[in-house]
Amino acid sequence: MTILAKHAALKQAYDALKESGVDPAHLKFDAILSPTEGVLNGRRTILMGTNNYLGLTFDPDCIESAVDATRSQGTGTTGSRMANGTYMGHSALETALAEFYGRKQCMVFSTGYQANLGVLSSLVGRGDHLMLDADSHASIYDGSRLGQAEVIRFRHNSPDDLYKRLRRLEGAPGDRLIVVEGIYSMLGDTAPLKEIAAVKRETGAYLLVDEAHSMGVLGETGRGLAEAAGVEADVDFIVGTFSKSLGSVGGFCVSDSPDFDIMRIVCRPYMFTASLPPGVVASTLTALHKLQTEPHLRHTLMRNAQRLYDGLQRLGFETGPEPNPIVAVPMPDQETAVIFWKMLIEAGLYLNLAVPPATPNNVRLLRTSISAAHTFAQIDTALDIFAEVGRQLGFFVEGPRRAAGAL
Amino acid sequence: MRQNTQLAVVGGTEAGPNASIRSEISAIFEQVLNRPVSIEDDTDIVEDLGMDSLGVMNFVMAIEDYYDLSIPLDRIAQIQTVADLIRAVQELRSGVPA
Repeated sequence: MTILAKHAALKQAYDALKESGVDPAHLKFDAILSPTEGVLNGRRTILMGTNNYLGLTFDPDCIESAVDATRSQGTGTTGSRMANGTYMGHSALETALAEFYGRKQCMVFSTGYQANLGVLSSLVGRGDHLMLDADSHASIYDGSRLGQAEVIRFRHNSPDDLYKRLRRLEGAPGDRLIVVEGIYSMLGDTAPLKEIAAVKRETGAYLLVDEAHSMGVLGETGRGLAEAAGVEADVDFIVGTFSKSLGSVGGFCVSDSPDFDIMRIVCRPYMFTASLPPGVVASTLTALHKLQTEPHLRHTLMRNAQRLYDGLQRLGFETGPEPNPIVAVPMPDQETAVIFWKMLIEAGLYLNLAVPPATPNNVRLLRTSISAAHTFAQIDTALDIFAEVGRQLGFFVEGPRRAAGAL
Repeated sequence: MRQNTQLAVVGGTEAGPNASIRSEISAIFEQVLNRPVSIEDDTDIVEDLGMDSLGVMNFVMAIEDYYDLSIPLDRIAQIQTVADLIRAVQELRSGVPA
């Protein structure tokens, strides 16, 4: 018996996965060659599961700005902004993000995860009510536990269930904060934000949208689902991350709340961690500028997403409900999911194996995320690999697919 | 008045103030698990009924619909046995703070 024996059930499931020859927790790249290519187990591999939506991780301008900032300001801030002060870049990035979203205030965090921890634990407290979509990201659940608010979960993407639960709170004191995501990270579906905004207005709740996977992806100017749904005025707080479309690491929250700045002295995940290093801040600023000035990146991204989505459907695979840059293919069972994933990797295609408890409704998914940097040739190669592995695993019987794969 | 009346309430032969809620909960368990279950006050919801986290979530949502209440997450975390669940439902229905 060790102190970690309490995780025996999970360990057993993990060991079973390892015995079948795969270990997603220890997948090790020999090299990363570009936003869309790496070397895995000595083999050149297409990367199609890295959330690198605009493909900016190797952008020469982003790299140059990171190098310049690192040379002039050093590799790190060696502490929090409370202790070691704010660098020029931190302020410039907050100003740029506030301007991009047309908001008065912005706070930058060291990761997107910490942004949710910090914002959720600070906006609501004891006596308040936090209304979470049941399929919320782990950072939202963890943020809800860091604070003292009462946490109520509503059915995924159900404005009716949300309304019902807010109605039950009628007469109870305290603020209500609704939390939804622009694009849900596992299935790639979007929140019904218009309807949720209507519930928010009717019940007097506040609304927070996590645009982690939709920033730079959705909306006329890339501001995300709130922009695409035309309800930005109803959204009180937007949280996002730099580690997806902006190609670096970090998180943020923007708002028009007049007393927003108080967060800087109440928000522990902001106060008690080192601030972002100058190089990261600089490349993020450059990437944000590109997101705004190079809309063709977003158009290419959506065109690529559509090609992969259509291609998988044409092959007979099930896909998510919408052709977004996250395209998830459900697998009939764990064994098939693991073998399929392993065979894709051996054939030179990397994507995510997503299994419970990380997935909603206990589904097993092969989760792809497409990039503006993918070429049509790469997407077609990926589709060919999918087709070949699917064929070998008996997914297709004379053209039209069977409902579920058979081994 | 509850709106949800499609559940067939079973049991009801046991004495005690909890018997009615227990038989309603039993019917909800059977609906969610799609099999007959036998529960006592000390039945462990996860261990004895073999529910995974998804099953628990579906079950909690069914309970919430039936009694027209929301069980906050911290409250769910405290519920281990059927008796814990009955107590939570009773308290939430009577407006006793969590």
